[in-house]
Amino acid sequence: MTQTGNIILDVVIIVIKIVIVLGVNLTIVAYLTLAERRVSAFMQDRLGPNRVGPAGLLQPIADGIKFFTKEEIIPAQSSKLIYLMAPSFVLFPAFLTYAVIPVGPTFSAWGYSFQMEIANLNIGILYILALTSFVVYGVVLAGWSSNSKYPLIGGLRSAAQMISYELPLGLSIIGVLMIVGSLRLSEIVNFQTHLLWGFLPRWNVVLQPLGFLIFLIAAFAESNRLPFDMAEAEPELVGGYHTEYGSMKFASFMLGEYAGMITSAALMTTLFFGGWDFPWVNESALGVWGILLAVIAFSLKTGFFLFLYLWVRWTLPRFRYDQLMRLGWKILLPLALVNIVVTAIVMAFLA
Amino acid sequence: MVTVLLYLFGILAILSALGMVFHRNPVYSALFLVVTFFSLASIYALLGAQFLSIIQVMVYAGAIMVLFVFVIMLLNLRKEVRLPIGKPAQVIFGVIFGLLLFVEGLLIIKSGSISGTLGRYPQAKVNVIGNVEALGNLLFTKYLFPFELASIILLVGMIGAIILGRKKMPKEL
Repeated sequence: MTQTGNIILDVVIIVIKIVIVLGVNLTIVAYLTLAERRVSAFMQDRLGPNRVGPAGLLQPIADGIKFFTKEEIIPAQSSKLIYLMAPSFVLFPAFLTYAVIPVGPTFSAWGYSFQMEIANLNIGILYILALTSFVVYGVVLAGWSSNSKYPLIGGLRSAAQMISYELPLGLSIIGVLMIVGSLRLSEIVNFQTHLLWGFLPRWNVVLQPLGFLIFLIAAFAESNRLPFDMAEAEPELVGGYHTEYGSMKFASFMLGEYAGMITSAALMTTLFFGGWDFPWVNESALGVWGILLAVIAFSLKTGFFLFLYLWVRWTLPRFRYDQLMRLGWKILLPLALVNIVVTAIVMAFLA
Repeated sequence: MVTVLLYLFGILAILSALGMVFHRNPVYSALFLVVTFFSLASIYALLGAQFLSIIQVMVYAGAIMVLFVFVIMLLNLRKEVRLPIGKPAQVIFGVIFGLLLFVEGLLIIKSGSISGTLGRYPQAKVNVIGNVEALGNLLFTKYLFPFELASIILLVGMIGAIILGRKKMPKEL
């Protein structure tokens, strides 16, 4: 929290931060859907949506209007309450996680100290993991409440998949936490602003390459995207857990998926790629320009990982279900455990 | 403010626990239980135990209940089969012991003996060094033996589940 000593000022600052963070992220989500279609079109030698507005830039707005004006259809045999609640289970956790991600260094202005995150929790990373573990409820309940075969199979698959990949996801971070010695995201970033051997940025990806790889794969699986989109798998399941959903409820699932992508891209940046750190530059010594540079560095890195999501989706084929489970339990989980042990041994030797 | 929220989440926990017991549909029951876990986590957070609160959400609501929902969905229970209420003796003893437990709880709350003595980590100190540090220090020094014992018990349970769940192999030649 911002400690200005004035409760009203504190609340106002936090509300402003929430508005900014939510506004920026909703905009990014909207344009990520456009980016997905343009990037996929580019990779398949097509043009993609380019008719609405200059270069198709107003396409997300047109999509939004379309979704809101469509007819609401609720299947007659569904469990209505859960059916209506399920999309919000996907949407809200994804947006809540932004609260703890620092987009820049703490700075002082007008005698106050400002933090570039909404809440600087001392259990920041656990907060994110706890919230993302809730997305699975949305998918499972959507599948179950639709009272239809394909959604149910999609929901069951995704439940098994997300539980399986939460383990390597959590374990891959432990190496980073051991090195940094804190669960606070701002401290994890601060640790990475220094240099290793005087020239290499001390980003955790350098110290924990295996951890990063496991985290990357598990994060892809957690977001239910190709090559791990077992829950949707159009050719087998007609669309999976959201087959029976239409209009804005369907769009909520999509928004949740893209919002989750932003969360994990920002998390990869924060945990493994130095967060807002621009290497070889001391941001806090540059005043306002330092803050600006930090925010730009953070945005660029997060943007790269968002592009990686699109890139992978349109490049790799889907895993088979048993291959997916084998990868999670028999390869990633042992590797993550080995990573922890090796990190501990190296740390014990260096200490 | 904190007291009001404490009561609010306490009431929510009790109501959702009742909903869990009384709802006919097992999926709804499971969801009510998730709400209970969430209310408990909120109470922990309000009492300053943030780590415990997040672990409560992560482990119980995020992992164990997902497995419950998964199994319930796999079984696809739709109609509840109502069993007749047990023998009169069972009912009488059930009511008596239930009431005894309730009165016991009330007496303990009334005597106020839960407050206890302050250990090595009173609230003020925990706020400074952080939840995780305090818990970690205690777990790996004072409570190391119970901690390791608990993990061995969990390991045994896991191995047991694997053995029970394994397919019967045909006899090797």
